[in-house]
Amino acid sequence: MKKRTSNSALGLTLISIILGLLVGAVILILIGYNPIKAYIVMFEGIFGSAKNFSWTIIYATPLILTGLSVAFAFKTGLFNIGAEGQFIVGSLTAALVGYYVHMPALLHVPFVLICSITAGSLWGSIAGYLKAKYGVNEVISTIMLNWIALYLNNFLVLNEKIKRPGSEATNKVLDSAKIIFFDTWKRSPEGQVFKKAHPFFNDILRTPANAGFLIAIVAAVVILLILNKTTLGYSLKAVGFNRDAAEFGGINIKSNTISAMAIAGGLSGLAGAVQILGFTREASALAAMEGYGFEGISVALIGANNPIGCILAGLFYGSLKYGGSKIQSKIGAPYEIISIIMGTIVLFIAMPKLIKMMKLTKKKEAE
Amino acid sequence: MFFESIAFLLGTTLMYATPLIYTSLGGTISENSGVVNIGLEGIMFMGAFIGAAIGYYTHNGWIGFLAAGVVGGLFGLLHAVACISFTANQVVSGIAINFLGPGFALLLSRLMFDGAAMTLPLPLDEKISRPLNGVFEQNSFFDMIFNRYSTVYLAFFLVLLVWFVLYKTKLGLRIRSVGEHPEAAATLGISVYKIRYMSVIASGVLAGFGGAAVSIAIVSQFRVTLISGQGFIALAAMIFGKWKPQGAMWACLLFGLAQAIVVFMPRTGIEVSSQLLSMLPYVMTLVLLVIFVGKSVAPSADGKIYEKN
Repeated sequence: MKKRTSNSALGLTLISIILGLLVGAVILILIGYNPIKAYIVMFEGIFGSAKNFSWTIIYATPLILTGLSVAFAFKTGLFNIGAEGQFIVGSLTAALVGYYVHMPALLHVPFVLICSITAGSLWGSIAGYLKAKYGVNEVISTIMLNWIALYLNNFLVLNEKIKRPGSEATNKVLDSAKIIFFDTWKRSPEGQVFKKAHPFFNDILRTPANAGFLIAIVAAVVILLILNKTTLGYSLKAVGFNRDAAEFGGINIKSNTISAMAIAGGLSGLAGAVQILGFTREASALAAMEGYGFEGISVALIGANNPIGCILAGLFYGSLKYGGSKIQSKIGAPYEIISIIMGTIVLFIAMPKLIKMMKLTKKKEAE
Repeated sequence: MFFESIAFLLGTTLMYATPLIYTSLGGTISENSGVVNIGLEGIMFMGAFIGAAIGYYTHNGWIGFLAAGVVGGLFGLLHAVACISFTANQVVSGIAINFLGPGFALLLSRLMFDGAAMTLPLPLDEKISRPLNGVFEQNSFFDMIFNRYSTVYLAFFLVLLVWFVLYKTKLGLRIRSVGEHPEAAATLGISVYKIRYMSVIASGVLAGFGGAAVSIAIVSQFRVTLISGQGFIALAAMIFGKWKPQGAMWACLLFGLAQAIVVFMPRTGIEVSSQLLSMLPYVMTLVLLVIFVGKSVAPSADGKIYEKN
């Protein structure tokens, strides 16, 4: 029985993805582009070379983590729209700790990660606390906290004492804090010689390929274990499943809400840290939301709130984002088609009833 | 100098509160009928683009404004179809609309404006009218407050209209009854689906207006960062306003004032970081939510799925 429900969830997700890509194709036709060509360009952009594939994974990494964050909150009956703000707080922390704190390389990275997780966690628990203590709906409070985080980020990044002169960003993090694979070595003379001799590795090392993806997988496994093997996970899920029954069963809803938001926030904070240490190396002033948090909501929905599902959904979204940038540069089709495809997929996932009806009519036609 | 500052603050407050008022009225109608619409942000984004783009091509701000309402209504319809007919999770559907609105707006912008993610500006005399222009002496106290675009006055008129409809008409009673207790309303012969469809479409129209009120009145063009969270602020205003149109209006005025202070501060010579000031409305929202949320009550069927048996 359990297997059947998870199968049908997977089926609904796949149908939604196909429908999303179809809607994207129709719009491409309407605005005068060949959708088959566009999707081929996109596909080649993702799998065409080791370099492209490496970029796809780099794009997917933060999305897997924000997706996990949203999915974890979902499991406990909370809607974390605040992954965006928690991400910003985590990335800002990583940029500052990664530059100002001097530490040996082996310790620096874990230290930065812990600081960012803590910062994101605190940011998330504000919403948890407001919900537990004052009954403030987390949808509204996390949305507000997103904007507060954005302006806090800009306030600090643009501060004369913090910003790198002549830029709107912080100083780049120290080499000891980077998680980019072989970063110093690949620029050294020996590295250059090796890269010339091995075109495949050269291809990968040309990108900021980094340990972030591995960190994301570890995080997914940890979350899976917390949910399925710990008392905390059990009580969190119980609250998400049936609040009243859980409370009747002696579970403290309030402390559960706070710890759920703290863990969700920590995951988004980690996403921000990974993005800084593995890719951008600096935090910049933001004119608008970057979207990692909102994209994380889609990842969680497509991944059916399952940690492993989030890895796959994150890779899918990362592929679309990177492949989408290729259709803009190669055939000039607008990049925004990706938002439309994702919006459509999310909309269909929200409507299982519609897809079930479509299946039924198909069956009837077959009969 | 003092009176000039007061007039500037009040006038700017009116200007910035206006788009929020349209949008939060939309939220008020939709949620009174029992449907949460967090897609208002995406619809505002679309409305801002359509308003500016159609206004630019027709050389008429009003046509742009109306077009924004129509397109906003279409997005409302989409949300209604998903949430009402196909019992979608209302928050998830809203999130989808927050992807679709900006997606379509930017896509169309690139097609209509030569690949640019912004529209060309409307010339000043093609924007919508300013009914009180010339009534007061230029730059006098009242002129600085009340010499505003018509969208400002229309917004306040709509507050009155929505209040009247919700509380003084049979239709309003029906909207509120399907938001409080749809099953009971259905037994009285009220079509829950029809009332909810109407309300959600109206919320889209109003959010479309709200977006256009930014792009063709406050500024003269559409840009990517133009809306940045105003749809969400409008949603928060509705909650402070205890799901009532007049309450939402006061909350929007408060947010408008916060925005006016952000604009005003540099003039005073007092050095406060504009970044910190920009945080003000959001921090205020949280503080006010903590103070007031216990006392405000949402319509009891708000956000709940209703299925006819």
